[in-house]
This record gives sequence, structure tokens and C-alpha cells, in this order.
Amino acid sequence: MPAVSKGDGMRGLAVFISDIRNCKSKEAEVKRINKELANIRSKFKGDKALDGYSKKKYVCKLLFIFLLGHDIDFGHMEAVNLLSSNKYTEKQIGYLFISVLVNSNSDLISLINNGIKNDLASRNPTFMNLALHCIANVGSREMAEAFASQIPSILVAGDTMDSVKQSAALCLLRLNRTSPDLVPMGEWTARVVHLLNDQHLGVVTAATSLITTLAQKSPEDFRTSISLAVARLSRIVTSASIDLQDYTYYFVAAPWLSVKLLRLLQCYPPPEDAALRSRLTECLETILNKAQEPPKSKKVQHSNAKNAVLFEAIALIIHHDSEPTLLVRACNQLGQFLQHRETNLRYLALESMCTLASSEFSHEAVKTHIDTVINALKTERDVSVRQRAVDLLYAMCDRSNSKQIVAEMLSYLENADYSIREEIVLKVAILAEKYAVDYTWYVDTILNLIRIAGDHVSEEVWYRVIQIVINQDDVQGYAAKTVFEALQAPACHENLLKVGGYILGEFGNLIAGDPRSSPLVQFNLLHSKFHLCSVPTRALLLSAYIKFINLFPEVKPTIQDVLRSDSQLRNADVELQQRAIEYLRLSCIASTDILATVLEEMPPFPERESSILAKLKKKKGPGKVPDMDEARWNVNGNTEHSENTEPTNKSSPPSLVADLLPTNRPRPASYSPTILSAGNMAPSHPFTDLLNMNSSPATGANLLVDVLSDLSSPAPAPTTGPGPTDVCEEHFSRFVCKNNGVIFENQLLQIGLKSEYRQNLGRIYVFYGNKTSSQFLSFSSSVTSSDTLKTHILPLLRLLLTDLSVLKGILCLNVHTMPVDPTVEGGAQLQQILNIECLSDFSDTPVLNVEFRYGGTLQNIAVKLPVMLNKFFQPTEMTSEDFFQRWKQLGVPQQEVQTIFKAQHPMDTDVTNAKILGFGVALLSEVDPNPANFVGAGVIHTKNTQVGCLLRLEPNPQAEMYRLTLRTSRESVSQRLCDLLSEQF
Amino acid sequence: MIRFLLLFSRQGKLRLQKWFTPMTEREKKKITRDMTTMVLSRQPRSCNFLHWKDLKIIYKRYASLYFCLAIENGENELIALEVIHRYVELLDKYFGNVCELDIIFNFEKAYFILDEFLMGGEIQETSKQMVNRSIEASDMLQETMEEYMSKPAF
Repeated sequence: MPAVSKGDGMRGLAVFISDIRNCKSKEAEVKRINKELANIRSKFKGDKALDGYSKKKYVCKLLFIFLLGHDIDFGHMEAVNLLSSNKYTEKQIGYLFISVLVNSNSDLISLINNGIKNDLASRNPTFMNLALHCIANVGSREMAEAFASQIPSILVAGDTMDSVKQSAALCLLRLNRTSPDLVPMGEWTARVVHLLNDQHLGVVTAATSLITTLAQKSPEDFRTSISLAVARLSRIVTSASIDLQDYTYYFVAAPWLSVKLLRLLQCYPPPEDAALRSRLTECLETILNKAQEPPKSKKVQHSNAKNAVLFEAIALIIHHDSEPTLLVRACNQLGQFLQHRETNLRYLALESMCTLASSEFSHEAVKTHIDTVINALKTERDVSVRQRAVDLLYAMCDRSNSKQIVAEMLSYLENADYSIREEIVLKVAILAEKYAVDYTWYVDTILNLIRIAGDHVSEEVWYRVIQIVINQDDVQGYAAKTVFEALQAPACHENLLKVGGYILGEFGNLIAGDPRSSPLVQFNLLHSKFHLCSVPTRALLLSAYIKFINLFPEVKPTIQDVLRSDSQLRNADVELQQRAIEYLRLSCIASTDILATVLEEMPPFPERESSILAKLKKKKGPGKVPDMDEARWNVNGNTEHSENTEPTNKSSPPSLVADLLPTNRPRPASYSPTILSAGNMAPSHPFTDLLNMNSSPATGANLLVDVLSDLSSPAPAPTTGPGPTDVCEEHFSRFVCKNNGVIFENQLLQIGLKSEYRQNLGRIYVFYGNKTSSQFLSFSSSVTSSDTLKTHILPLLRLLLTDLSVLKGILCLNVHTMPVDPTVEGGAQLQQILNIECLSDFSDTPVLNVEFRYGGTLQNIAVKLPVMLNKFFQPTEMTSEDFFQRWKQLGVPQQEVQTIFKAQHPMDTDVTNAKILGFGVALLSEVDPNPANFVGAGVIHTKNTQVGCLLRLEPNPQAEMYRLTLRTSRESVSQRLCDLLSEQF
Repeated sequence: MIRFLLLFSRQGKLRLQKWFTPMTEREKKKITRDMTTMVLSRQPRSCNFLHWKDLKIIYKRYASLYFCLAIENGENELIALEVIHRYVELLDKYFGNVCELDIIFNFEKAYFILDEFLMGGEIQETSKQMVNRSIEASDMLQETMEEYMSKPAF
């Protein structure tokens, strides 16, 4: 049967390939290829018209050369010509060449499209398949535009051959992934769902892939697929007698289809219909039961296929997270696999258990396997299995076993592969902090980490230990003592020296009473390591020394001598030189009081998400660390300490301009010695922060310069012109009563927001997460608004725009490690800050436009930014008397807006309370005579005015209706607020 | 969804590449390099799965060739392993005891078979008989064509 033996054409190709293989060197190969290229070029250019066979042969040779890794810059046209050949074999090679070599933005696309069009219309199934394959392979936008409307009809037409249906389904799937907007839902969607009932299992398999992808995007449209999928699955899994013929793979019935159906069901919550639900449960139980049956074949393919279905079933059980018995059974099954002799199964069991550990029903059951997992960590030969074991230990850790797990991870760290050390370090640091019962254990653990794997301890880790020591009074003495002891070691890691220098500089006095750690001993200890370390560490130590001068006046002369020495004052490094000069001068001229004020102990750091957690999440990429909902949005990039994620001072919102200056940054972190020596010491920030000394990228002068230069450059052109077609507002209404969450998500990009508002000012942190593994190029974003918003509240818009440009400046600084052109790496996240000021009331919404290149195509996304009037609410508490007095004052008909509407969600009092509070007003209890009613009051702050608002919501549970009344001093405000709020219940 | 499939030899020579998402030549070369170094450095009898960026890499060695498949996170590793095996079976059936040389000299056939089996990164047809039938059908078309070419006077 092998066609090769049939003297299958193209002898010239075979000769050429063996010539290449016989080449002894790379040079010989290149020479042979160049010769061939010259030959082909002359043939193509020759006067003599080539016959189809020769054309095919040469195109095939070019393809071979290209696949060897050489560039091909001609022959495309000849390949396209082959498409119009009526000989299958030529057509086939033409299509192959195009699908391998033509990228999506080729100028030949229109010619190719022409060939495809003819083949699609040919009604010859073989030709149609070739054409559909080509569309799926190239998948460019131009192709999608040309064919997207045609393919659904091919797919659902009654007379289409099965093989063409399969190709059409998958072709449509591909187009939906690349250009979803061109594949609108329609009449065909319902008919696609019914393909799940098709007799041909190949068609069902292809259709299931398509439906799964579509259902992920619009679950509602495909809800009917649940029952069909369960029925289909049930027929495959539970009926033993059914003969699936060639779709049985090594005694397993249709494993691919089963896996796909189980994945489709993971797009939905458990079925609500009881009968359907029990039928599904029966399927899942059968699959679990089959795992216990003796294998029907010894072949690994049999067990792989069987277990593939089993793991997918377990994934569905975990996804539903609702049947405790199934969850526990799943956990037991995985527990068996943990000790299986197949490495693959051990790996997968560890991986699956990680997700199981986060379910409350099975967390305890997972924990019973701790010894096996620790054993895996110690004995597995394969590093990727060990890595899964580390992940699982991390996931199963809680207060009861944290000490054991941290100890095991630490001991593993000593021998761990370099590739995973940093991750383990982060994990240990997080667990130690999260489950620290006493902070002495925490300090010991982190110092151990530095001792064992100092090189892999990132800055975040040692910043964090310092933050914690500074914030926890009771551990400071212990920390000072411990670092002092650790520093005694003849060779200690530079990170330890940083921690040591910082802590002794702050709290060295706590151990100075002991003659063994007297001030001079402490100083000498630090200074003995000074010359061996890097510039940033030395800078930090110099700051520790000046702190010593304040803590211990008796060592002042010694330290002054050190500062005065040539190696400091004339150091080649400007930063060190400057510090030495300024500190020396400060210590000479300042009185003890001033010195004490300037060098006061660091105040506690504001509470916030652990920067280490952020780092781990970043490392893992989006969607990889469990329990990362809200917190994910805190990922701060690599200059954590110069970021301001916390509002400064609730009482006095900083002005927008002032906010850009580092002196007003909320963290007491950005004071460089320059500011100190300039006599510029504002009494409110008199301390020097050692940590920030080496954070050069975000210090004052640079920032300002960058901001200004950016302002003077042309604004980022927020055109309203030929922008994206659809503005996404899918999640918009969810943000009326909350400030954080995901506003947009597609396959490529996730946009999350975290916003905070104070009076008439707001700040939105926008997080762009690249969900793919490839880069986004030319990434840019701008904020635009509709015309009404422009004319009516133009100032607001203008502010948004100015700030965007300003913020771009900041962005450039923070991501200084990135290349100049805005690139978002695969899996990475980019943060942008928008500052907003509300000048007067408004009802329109700004739009965030995002543009970037992904895989050669320009992506254009527009999302409605959830900046609504109610965000500028300040709640007002008032008594019943006050409330009714004001209610009456606002009695003019234009001031009141009332609406009656049907409840769209269950009428739950707590939820309603939360929503009203989230809306921004104060919830007033005991005001309304009817306790079932909700009453609220607040003031909208705009720059020009303040508008007082009263609202009343009366539920009628019998009729499932609400009546909402709003009274404010302005008609437009009443109307807008009423519109916004009435959609929430 | 399958993102790409690579076949390479123990010496790291790429024998077949199929990309299911658009990518520049530079990216392709970089990924190929990453895959070959990563997979070839694995110890024998290690597990067949790796994490790489946000993808899962599934690989298996058949004689002198490594088959390496990248799937998206959250997809089923074991069934992907069997995708590789099914493809090997299809090649085997077509070439009769397939070896690396068959794939080198008949690379276009290897692509055609793959296209019958996978499309757009999803499995198109899992039945061996079905795939073979379409390959045979297209070979028949090929045969008549060759006959036609060798005997133009026919």
C-alpha cells in the first residue's frame, strides 16, 4: 500500500533531498541550496511555460528549503497558480506551500482567496476540504472577512458530506478565535448544537470543540448543549454494549470525544434539572468505578486513554465543587495515583490535587497525603515531578501543617535544581509570613532562606522581612539579635548584610546593652564586610552608619572617620560619594535634636498585599496561582517600593499635579539624601528610608523630567476616528456598585481595574494581562469619549487625557527594564494609572481604547470605563428627622425621579444592603417607618458643586418588584443615578 | 487547543513543524530552539510533561524522533499524548513501519496526513480508518495524475 513504493513522482525532489543529506558541512549545504534556488528561479523566469508537474516539483523543493530554515523570497506566485489547477496533486502542493509559508498579512491573500472561493463552490468534497484547511491554517482577517459568513451555512447544510462538516466546524472555530467579531451568532448556532446528536462521531467530535469555544464566550446561547452533551456522554460511558467501531481506541470507547464533552460541561455550573444532574453523576461515578477495574489491555495506550477520561472527569468534579462524595472519591483516586509506578500518573495526580486542595470539601482529604507528597519531593528523580510536589505542598499548607511544610521545603531547597530555587524561596517566604504564629519563627525562616539560597532571594523577599520587623514591635529585639549572630559567620550572603544593616541601623540599640554586641562591635561587624559588597549595599550601609550616629553618640567619631576617608569622599561612585559627604556634614552641623528628628525610627509601613505574593503570581503568569481573585490586581511590577497603591492621607486628597512629585508620594520611601541636605526637611517626613536608597529609577528629578518631556511631546492622539467597531460593555454594569474586578477578557487580553475615589477625585489602576505566550507589540492605550461627554463635560475629558499622557511617563519609568517600544511579554502584566477629576455632573461614559499587535494582526479593543457619577459619592449619615426635612425640601417635581421595575435577581436583603453601600451612599436604618424599605443619603462631589442625594428603595417581594425614588437638587443627577441603580437589582 | 507540533531528531534536527497560531519566523525559531534543548536534556524514563510559559509541553520519543506537542493550560495531557501516538500510527500505516527517512523524503505526505488528522489545533478525525481512507483517496487522485504525466499521449 505505501504510496512511496509506487514510484511516486517528483524524482528530482528525492535527488535534491539526498544531495542535501550528503553534504558534509553547513557551507556545502548552503552552496547546494543556492545552486538549486538559482535553477528554480531561472525555470520560473524562463520563456518556456512550465507544465503543472514541474511547477509542483519546484514549489515543493522551495518548501523543503524553507523548512530547512532558509529564507524564500520567490515562488509564492507559482504556488498560488497551482491552486487554480484542476489537478488535485498540484492543488494540494499549492495549498501546502501557502499554509506553511504565507503569513496572514501577505499581499497575495486576495489571489489566494480567489482560489479558495472557487474550490468552496466546486461542491467537490476533496477540494472543499483543501480550501477549508487553508483558511484554518492561514486564518488571516482578510480571509475571515471573505468567508466567515459562508462557512456556517456549509456546516449546517443538510447535504454537506460528513468530512466537510468536520472541516467546516474546525475552520469556523479557528476564525472565531482570530476574528470573533466576524463570526456573529445567528440562526446557525441552534443547529450547530444539534450536531452533538449526529450519527457520525467524527462530526460530533469536531462540533464539540467548536461549541466548547463558543460556549466559553457566550454561555447563554449554548445552554441547550448541556443536556445533549450529558446524553451523549452517558451513551458512550455507561452502555457497555455499544459498538463504536473504529472510535474505540485500545478498548476505550471514544476517549477523545469523552474528554471533549467533559470539557464542554466545564463551561457551565452543575445542571439544575435533577434528572439531568443525576444522569451526569452516574456518568462520573461510572468513570471513577472503571478506574478500579482490571485493565483490558497491558498497552500503555489503553491506560492513558482511560485515565485521560478519568482526569477530565475529576476536573469536572472539581469545577462543579458541589458533590462532597464525588470530591472525596476523586481525591482518593488521585491518592492511589500518587504511588503509581507510572511517572506520568504521579505527575498528573500531584497537579490535579493542587486544585482539589482549594475546595473546602476536599482540603482535609488532600492533607492526609502529606507524607506521600513530602516523600515525592525527596525521592522523585524527575525535576518536573518534584516541582509539582512543591506546588501541592504549597497548596495544601495551612496553620496545622505549616511548620512541617516550611521545614521540608527548606531542606529540599538545599539540593533543589537551580531552575526552581527562586520559586521555592518565594513560596517559603509567603507561607512563613502567612502562617507565622510568632514572628521569631518567621525571622528565623527568612534568615535561613538567605543562608541556604541567598542568590535566589529576590529583593521582594528581604524588603518584606524588613517591613514586617518594622511593623511588629515585639520582634524587633529578636530580629536584631538574630541578624547580629548570623552576621558573625565568616562568609555571609550580601542579602543578609542588607537585612542586617537595615535592622541594626533601626534597632541596634535594642541589643547594645550586651557588651558582646556593643555599638562599636556592631559597627565593626558591619564595616568588616563593607568592602566586599556591591555599591547599592554599601549605600545602604552608609545610611545605617548615619543612623548609628543618632542611636549611639559614642561611636560618632569612629563613623565620622570612616565617612571622611578618601575611599568614601572620593569614591568613584557618585551615589556613595554624595552620601558620605552629606552624612558627614549632617553629623557635624546638626544638633542632637535635629539629628534625632531626621533619623527617627521608620514609621510602620501601610498594610498591603505582600509584594512576594505579587512576585510569585507574576512569575507564574495569570491564572496559575490559586486564590488570586482580587489580590491579583496588586501586582506591582518590579519596583514595588516606588509604587503607590495606597491612598496617602484620607483627609487631604493631594492635587493631581502634586501627586506626580515624589515628595508627595504616599509611602515614606522616596527621600533621597539630596532632599535632606538641601535643608528642605518638611517636618512631616523627617526620616531617611534606607530601603529606597537604591531605587534610583524613580527618584525625584528623573521623574519630573520625564513627565515634562512626555507632556511636551504630542499627546497620545486619542482619536475618535476609525476606532474599533464595538465598545465592550459586557461587565460595565457590574462596576456600578463595586470598584474592582475584570472589565474585559478575551482570549488574548484580560483587563482588570482597581479603582478608588475620594470626593471629586478618582484613580483607576488598569491592569493589562497578556494571556498568551507571545508578545504584544506596539501596545498603546488611550481614553476617548462620545461627543456628548465632550461637549457637556469637556473638562473631565481633558483631564483624563492629560493624565494619560502624564501617566505614560510614569509607566516608562516603572518598567524601565523593558525595551523602549511598548511590548507586553507573554504572560506578563502591565499596569497603568488613570487619574480622574469630576468637574460637573455627567451621564456619559469614557471609553478605553487599547491597541496592540499580536502575531502580526492589529488588535483593537474598546471598553467602556466604569466611571459613573455615583463614584463621586460621599456617604452622609443623618437622623430620621433630618432625612424627612430634606426630603420635603427637595419636593419640586423635577427634583424627583421614580421608577418601578421588576427584580432581576433574588430579593435578598443583605445583598441589597451591600449594593446600596457599594453605590456610595450611607444606608440609614430606622428612618423609614417600614423596616423593609432601604433609605440612603449621600453627596456627589464635583469640582464645581456638591449635590445632595436622598434615595429610597421599596421592595415588594410578592410581586418581585421594586420602586426606586431619588431626590436630588438637580434633575439630571436624579435621572442618572436612578438609571444606574435601577439596573442593579 | 494544540498550539504547535514539532518533530525533531535526537541531534535536534527539525523534521516537521506545524503551528496552529500565527507566529513570526523569529518566534518559531526561538520556540524550536527552546523545545529541542528542553526536551533533549530530559533524562530517560522521566515523565512526558513539562510546563513552559503558560503552555504544557507533551513529548514522546519514537525511535530516533521526538514528537513534541504544546497544549494550552487546563487541557488534558494524557489525551494529548495519545494524539501523538495516533499520528505515529497513521504514519506507520501509510509508510509501513515508518522511520525518520520516510518523513524526510516524503515530508509533504507527513503534512497531508497531519492535516487529515488535526485542524486548527483541534482533533478532526480520531478514526484511523477514516483518515486512511481519505489519504488513500487522495493518493488515487495522485496516481492517475502521475500516469497522465508520464504518458502525455495517453
